[in-house]
Amino acid sequence: MSDVFERVKKIVVENLDVEEDKVTESASFIDDLGADSLDLVELVMAFEEEFNIEIPDDVQENIRTVGDAVTHIKAHVS
Amino acid sequence: MRRVVITGIGMVSPLANGCEPTWERLLAGQSGAGPIDLFDTKDVPCKIACQVPWNDGRGGGSAEDPYAFDPDTAASAKERRRIDEFILYALAASDEAVADSGWKPETDEDRERTGVLIGSGIGGLQSIYETSITLYEKGARKVSPFFIPSALINLASGQVSIRHGFKGPNHSVVTACATGAHAIGDSARLIQYGDADMMLAGGSEAVICEIGIAGFCSAKAMSTGFNDTPEKASRPYDKDRDGFVMGEGAAILMLEEYEHAKARGAKIYAEVAGYGLTGDAYHITAPAEGSEGGYRAMKMALGHSGLDVTDIDYVNTHGTSTPKGDEGEIGAVERLFGDHAKNLSLSSTKSAVGHLLGAAGAIEGAFCALAIRDQVMPPTLNLDNPSVETPIDLIPHKSKKGQVRAAMSNSFGFGGTNACLILKQVD
Repeated sequence: MSDVFERVKKIVVENLDVEEDKVTESASFIDDLGADSLDLVELVMAFEEEFNIEIPDDVQENIRTVGDAVTHIKAHVS
Repeated sequence: MRRVVITGIGMVSPLANGCEPTWERLLAGQSGAGPIDLFDTKDVPCKIACQVPWNDGRGGGSAEDPYAFDPDTAASAKERRRIDEFILYALAASDEAVADSGWKPETDEDRERTGVLIGSGIGGLQSIYETSITLYEKGARKVSPFFIPSALINLASGQVSIRHGFKGPNHSVVTACATGAHAIGDSARLIQYGDADMMLAGGSEAVICEIGIAGFCSAKAMSTGFNDTPEKASRPYDKDRDGFVMGEGAAILMLEEYEHAKARGAKIYAEVAGYGLTGDAYHITAPAEGSEGGYRAMKMALGHSGLDVTDIDYVNTHGTSTPKGDEGEIGAVERLFGDHAKNLSLSSTKSAVGHLLGAAGAIEGAFCALAIRDQVMPPTLNLDNPSVETPIDLIPHKSKKGQVRAAMSNSFGFGGTNACLILKQVD
């Protein structure tokens, strides 16, 4: 599962049009990566597609950083 | 009454990206038509359109053409994922119109006195089509959060206002093929009434997609007999015309209150002198007999302009190259202009750029402003054998130099909606 972060990073870079080195575990989607609420919805949909999982709405609300996303994805995939 | 003038023009057209290169190619008699390369046309009877030339080769464009459309200059990759192409074209044309006008609002009041009114005939049809497939194949959870804001017609005005910080009236028009003319006319009214000093007004369209072409083909509105010679297909008033050729793109005009424009030393193309709008109350797609509704729109615009018919030198017609509509409009123009018809020149620039639907009235209004600026009138291409006898010069094949003191632009739309604009020289 070590590549989950890299796969998340790739999606974030593509969707938010941001530099790779800005996408760290602690980066906040909204505060650091310029996302808005609609971007977040789209990102989660891209994660679901990439990892073939379903992230429930109440979990989506708690995904604020790249690290949050990685943690939730790892939990759901395993 | 406050006067309204045009102080900026921007366009993305099937001839070029940009107002001046489009105008140059239009006057040179070039056609924007070619084979459709946006989808596989095997299932539709019309296989041609006037696409915007892109720098990646799309629409007959190339990286070598400095006037090919470069999407990267219009919006970032991230922005583009949030918008349908009709909004992309609106953003690009608006950028050009704003830059051309030289308007750089510096105060909150400046921004609050500048509005946006951009329409589209159909809006994000391709986005709706693609999302329908996603919904069907993958379910509701996979529908993008950007679907609705990418497809909504007023989001062209919304996105443009966000980019430029224009906080005045933010509005939109949806009147099929009369959209662009209504957008300009209504914007002029907002300025006359005092709701704004400047309005970015126009139309945008991008529906050269399979569902769009299929729909118009089913309505028997499109040319199907010139698939092997696309540049010959749009031939208003010619005996062999067999339907319209779809175009795409955007045209945006900066309208400005006359004293405001004078005070900041703005360049003025022309004055929006008259505007008329009527309904046919007749048929959903066919124009009323003798273009009766169009005639009343022209008459209303003339009345508001305070001009006499003898003051008008050029008419840019709706002239779509459909068998039924073209002749009715000529008859209505003759009826309005009476004895002056023999001095009048008239052309349909749809012969070169195709029918831009919701952007048609805006690009044709812009062509009228440029005709007034340069005292030259664009041609009606492919007019080999006129199907009507008329004393009016239909400007076949080649553009024509001549006095253009005032120009009229007609736009008629499905549903029986008619708009007419009259532009005149500013003395």
